[in-house]
Amino acid sequence: MKTFFWLVKREYWENRGGFLWAPIITGGIFLLLNIMGIIAAEVIGARHGVLANGNLNSLVAHANAGDMADVGNALDVALLSSMWLISIVMGFVVLFYCLGSLYDDRRDRSILFWKSLPISNISTVLSKVVSATVVAPVIAVIAGIVFGMLQLLIFTLVLSFHGINAWQLLLLAHPVRAVLSSLCSIPLYALFALPAVGWLMFCSAWARSKPFLWAVATPALTGLMLSWFGIMDLFNLSTSWFWSHVVLRVLISVFPGSNLALDDHNMTTYISISSRGQSPLSLIDPAQTYSELSSPNLWIGVIAGIALLAVVTWLRRTSDDS
Amino acid sequence: MNAVITASGLSKRYKNTHALDQLNFQIDSGRIVGLIGPNGAGKTTALKAILGLTDFQGQLNVLGFDPRTQRNQLMEQVCFIADVAVLPRWIRVREAVDFVANVHPRFDRAKCEAFLARTKLQPEQRVKQMSKGMIVQLHLALVMAIDARLLVLDEPTLGLDILYRKQFYQSLLEDYFDENKTIIVTTHQVEEIEHILTDLMFIRDGKIVLDADMEAIGERFAEVMVSADKAAMARQMSPLDERQVFGKSIFLFDGADRAVLEGLGEVRRPSVSDLFVATMKGTYA
Repeated sequence: MKTFFWLVKREYWENRGGFLWAPIITGGIFLLLNIMGIIAAEVIGARHGVLANGNLNSLVAHANAGDMADVGNALDVALLSSMWLISIVMGFVVLFYCLGSLYDDRRDRSILFWKSLPISNISTVLSKVVSATVVAPVIAVIAGIVFGMLQLLIFTLVLSFHGINAWQLLLLAHPVRAVLSSLCSIPLYALFALPAVGWLMFCSAWARSKPFLWAVATPALTGLMLSWFGIMDLFNLSTSWFWSHVVLRVLISVFPGSNLALDDHNMTTYISISSRGQSPLSLIDPAQTYSELSSPNLWIGVIAGIALLAVVTWLRRTSDDS
Repeated sequence: MNAVITASGLSKRYKNTHALDQLNFQIDSGRIVGLIGPNGAGKTTALKAILGLTDFQGQLNVLGFDPRTQRNQLMEQVCFIADVAVLPRWIRVREAVDFVANVHPRFDRAKCEAFLARTKLQPEQRVKQMSKGMIVQLHLALVMAIDARLLVLDEPTLGLDILYRKQFYQSLLEDYFDENKTIIVTTHQVEEIEHILTDLMFIRDGKIVLDADMEAIGERFAEVMVSADKAAMARQMSPLDERQVFGKSIFLFDGADRAVLEGLGEVRRPSVSDLFVATMKGTYA
């Protein structure tokens, strides 16, 4: 257990740039852009007298319950927007982390050093899987929460300069729910990302060079061949089934939220949510997202991921610097 | 004496060449074995087989373990320095020590830090900021702090200047080696290690062509400096090698009668490099 902890720590040391600094820099830049936007709005507003104190206050005073709910939703979006951006960046980080995880040390020959230590291949592989599916998302979510809160705080401050009781507005947002939902999404992310992590790490362990090309070209070319020859018809499945359930699944599901896009069932819920103007939080509501646990799509992916990782461990056994 | 490594019929094929061809050898505890051979002779493959880094055919027993299946137990007892370039470039001195200290049950942190204190390495320094000599100092500090029974060195001093090379082998002898430890080393800089070796193994085209301890080599091989008038006589005794120096011929004999050789001229113990060159004649032809 101690060894495993240190293996994960080693992954973190090696990938601090991607795991820690990428989310922080993304969040920081997003925050900066928002502040610049606010300043620009203030300047324009002051010039044209749009944001005079009286206007805003009377707006709030005349708002009805529905308007208030919309304000709350808007604040929730503000809270989550940096999280979404950070999640996308984290998806790229995890994608390239997995591709390099078992390839980079073969290329720079440091595998000879790691393999000179009494560490089993299975712990090595698992430490990398945990780094990709737990460490990276946890850091991303924490960074997302911190920057979301900062964002909310800045909006509140700006509004309070205009004489609005901003704390009252803040009560309309749902920060606790947002934080809890985000944290809850990590285990589901790990399960959903497993086939992609498995596939990318398989390419990383197997390819003699250019793992990225193998990882992308193999499923894409297979998809093209299937489309060309119409083989999928034999199984009564459309070619688009192959693209969405295999090609995209092994590449895109490292991106958080891709389960929403790649699952038909979720897609319809998503559309119904956005059309009804509900809270954006219901999109990441655990009660909603965890219904996915009942879908075979998820579990087939998990099994495929585990199978790939077993092959990865076996490949790692005999891989050296050659 | 107990055997640390026993190999019988050890073979490894790459597509159409024999990297290792039916090797049989035994290495005992407390020895320093030089595994010497030309490029591509199979040295590294043999070491990789011993370390469980590659598959092979035949029997191989290292410290009672099969390197193919019991690698994890084996690596607690075995240390390995490939060459100076294998430490990950991103790691810091402090991180490397922390990591090995926490994953290796036989690592002595105080010992490692004592070695590091004798160098210019700083805890926050990264490997990519170090010279080759400093990298090998770090690697050696890590390895010498591990109480292992077998140390495998594959060209450990490649590309180092003479100061670092001397210091490397001196540290190994003074602070590391004892009768419970065994060292296997491959290198092309034979002259620098011949005085520390206890055993010599020549490998050529995947076969062992010489396997003897240094004493036996001194008895078996002799180098005689023969003046021109006796050269013809010496040639009849089928020498391994002949070369000319200052108008005299130097002959290398394998297992010739000492008394006869003394009659020919001045008899010396051949250097390992001369022996190597004579044994490997025609390798690249």
